[in-house]
Amino acid sequence: MTEVPLAYGLILGGILFALGLAGLLMRRNLLFILISIEIMLNGAGVAFVAAGSRWGQPDGQIMFLFILAAAAAEVSVGLALLLRFYRQRHTLDANRANEMRG
Amino acid sequence: MLGLLWLIPAIPFASALALAVLRFPRKVVAWIAVSSIAASSIISLLVTFSFLHAPPAGNAYTEVLWTWMRVGDFRPEIAFYLDPLSLIMVVVVAFVSFLIHLYSTEFMAGDDGYSRFFAYMNLFVASMLTLLLANNLLLLYLGWEGVGLCSYLLIGFWYRDPENGLAGRKAFIVTRVGDTAMLIGLFLLFHDLGTLNIQELMQRAPQHWHLGAGAAVAAGLLLLGGAVGKSAQLPLQTWLPDAMAGPTPVSALIHAATMVTAGVYLIARTHVLYSLAPPAQFAVAVVGAATLLIAGFSALTQWDLKRVLAYSTISQIGYMFLALGVGAWPAAILHFMTHAFFKALLFLAAGVVIQALHEEHNIFRMGGLRKKLPVAFWTFLIAGCSLAGLPLITAGAFSKDWILWGAASAANGSMGFWIVALIGILLTSLYTFRMIFLVFFGEMHSEVTKKPGMAMLIPCIVLAFLSIAGGYVKTPFAHFLETALPWNAAAAGAVHISEIGSETVAGLVFLLGLVLAYVLFLRSRSYAASLTDNAAGAALHRFWFSDWGMDWLYDRLLVRPYAWAARIDKGDLIDGFYSGIAELNVLAWRVLGLTESGRLRWYAAGIAAGSIIYIAVVLFL
Repeated sequence: MTEVPLAYGLILGGILFALGLAGLLMRRNLLFILISIEIMLNGAGVAFVAAGSRWGQPDGQIMFLFILAAAAAEVSVGLALLLRFYRQRHTLDANRANEMRG
Repeated sequence: MLGLLWLIPAIPFASALALAVLRFPRKVVAWIAVSSIAASSIISLLVTFSFLHAPPAGNAYTEVLWTWMRVGDFRPEIAFYLDPLSLIMVVVVAFVSFLIHLYSTEFMAGDDGYSRFFAYMNLFVASMLTLLLANNLLLLYLGWEGVGLCSYLLIGFWYRDPENGLAGRKAFIVTRVGDTAMLIGLFLLFHDLGTLNIQELMQRAPQHWHLGAGAAVAAGLLLLGGAVGKSAQLPLQTWLPDAMAGPTPVSALIHAATMVTAGVYLIARTHVLYSLAPPAQFAVAVVGAATLLIAGFSALTQWDLKRVLAYSTISQIGYMFLALGVGAWPAAILHFMTHAFFKALLFLAAGVVIQALHEEHNIFRMGGLRKKLPVAFWTFLIAGCSLAGLPLITAGAFSKDWILWGAASAANGSMGFWIVALIGILLTSLYTFRMIFLVFFGEMHSEVTKKPGMAMLIPCIVLAFLSIAGGYVKTPFAHFLETALPWNAAAAGAVHISEIGSETVAGLVFLLGLVLAYVLFLRSRSYAASLTDNAAGAALHRFWFSDWGMDWLYDRLLVRPYAWAARIDKGDLIDGFYSGIAELNVLAWRVLGLTESGRLRWYAAGIAAGSIIYIAVVLFL
């Protein structure tokens, strides 16, 4: 089995992260914003795993497990907030949640 | 027994703390406040007996509680020093304060701030006792400032009237002028002699400084500055008449037992220093002599009963300063004691009169109260005679004649001082009997609405007894004080008058004052009126009434220029700098407030941009 070069893994992670960030900034729908955050997290995870395999250490995969746990928690809280938000305003437009401005 | 010494200031202090922090019913407040001072005076008596019975080595006893602080060589202790001088002062202060507290329980009965009042009063007494017992000047200064603080709080006690608050502030600021001088004096003493322990200072001063050394004179004058402020002497006496804004028992406490005698005590305590610095001591005598005359004339013209008493206090403290200045040290302390008795009594009796006439202060609207308020009349008469110096009988005569004799015969005395003191006796007798005749004789002008109760009368009667008996102890008193405070006699042959002669003249002058007051203010008031009818008389009256224009002068000389400078200097460079900082902050708030748009994605973009910039900086710089 040939090893995937580190650069490929990092580039894939970077692309995923950039896609997620772009989605986060462009989308107004809160659901898609949450999904974009998930993509960004996964981008970071790919980078960890790639680095772990490059050094032959299990740390990268362990970090990915942590990221998964954090992402699961984040999604559950995020979805709960999203549901409340929708019940209140019958919309998922993030720009409508701008009451708390300076 | 002497080991109980620390309890004397500690008990009133603890009680003040309890009254300030906890809430009690009125009865309990009165009990705590009075019994704490009673305990102090009983302990002071116990200490006195044990001191007299078995005098400690060197006729002085020091009790070190703990070291206050340790900064290099500077190690002031919380320690109490008891010698005949502080013993006498402590006993008198504690006992007179106890009587005033007892009196206040009834006098203040209807007041809202009952607990607050007694908390302040107890703290006042505790500070004064600390001041008296302190073995170093720093602890003395602590008590000194405590006394100043409590006087401020008590003079402005009825704070709802802004006038009272102003009077309190004036007392605080004017005495502070003196306190600052005193503090500089302490620095000077510490710098030159390396300690603030009073006994060590008094030992080191003669070794360090020769007679009349510049530093000794400077230290003496600076301490005199402090004493002048606290004791309301020329030129800082202006706060005392205004201090009458406080409740009457407070006036009694300030004038008789605490506060104003602190300056006398300070100078007596450091008398070795003044003996080393003849110019400073001469200044003490001159200040005393000038004050006793000026305040005497001012007292003649006042219409407010309490203000007459205030000026008479200033004048009597002037006598004490004169005695200190000429070197008749024990006479000053004896006069302090008798003055504490009769002046406390005068104020307490005046309080009875004022309350009986429903807060009437004007002596011209009183009159004929002899029959209605017999106890107040007799006690006031006794105290007044003592103040004016009715010869042979009253305590005041003994102490004042002693000062008069000292003014002529003590080391720095002269016939000039003697004559000034004699004029003072004439003035004292004149204004005292003016007051008595106007208040208690003649026709009634106001109705008596309230009769005093036992708690107010008993202190008056006890003090009346002391105002007479207090003078008979003169000889043992002088003997007792000898080790701590010797009498500085002049060389034989320098004195031009005998003691008996001086006392006879004083008695005659007293009578002259009495007769003059009788003629002017009781027999035919038209004489008194005709004195102020012409232009010169009226102008003089106004001049004396306004305390020789001192208030006016200070207002023009200090207060107004200061207020003016503060007003025009509002927008100067420093102020501009600070308001510039404030405006800059407001501007920053406006700009940064714009970024808080409330849009989630803007925030996310901000975070992303920030991270990118951060990473770029870390990577490429």
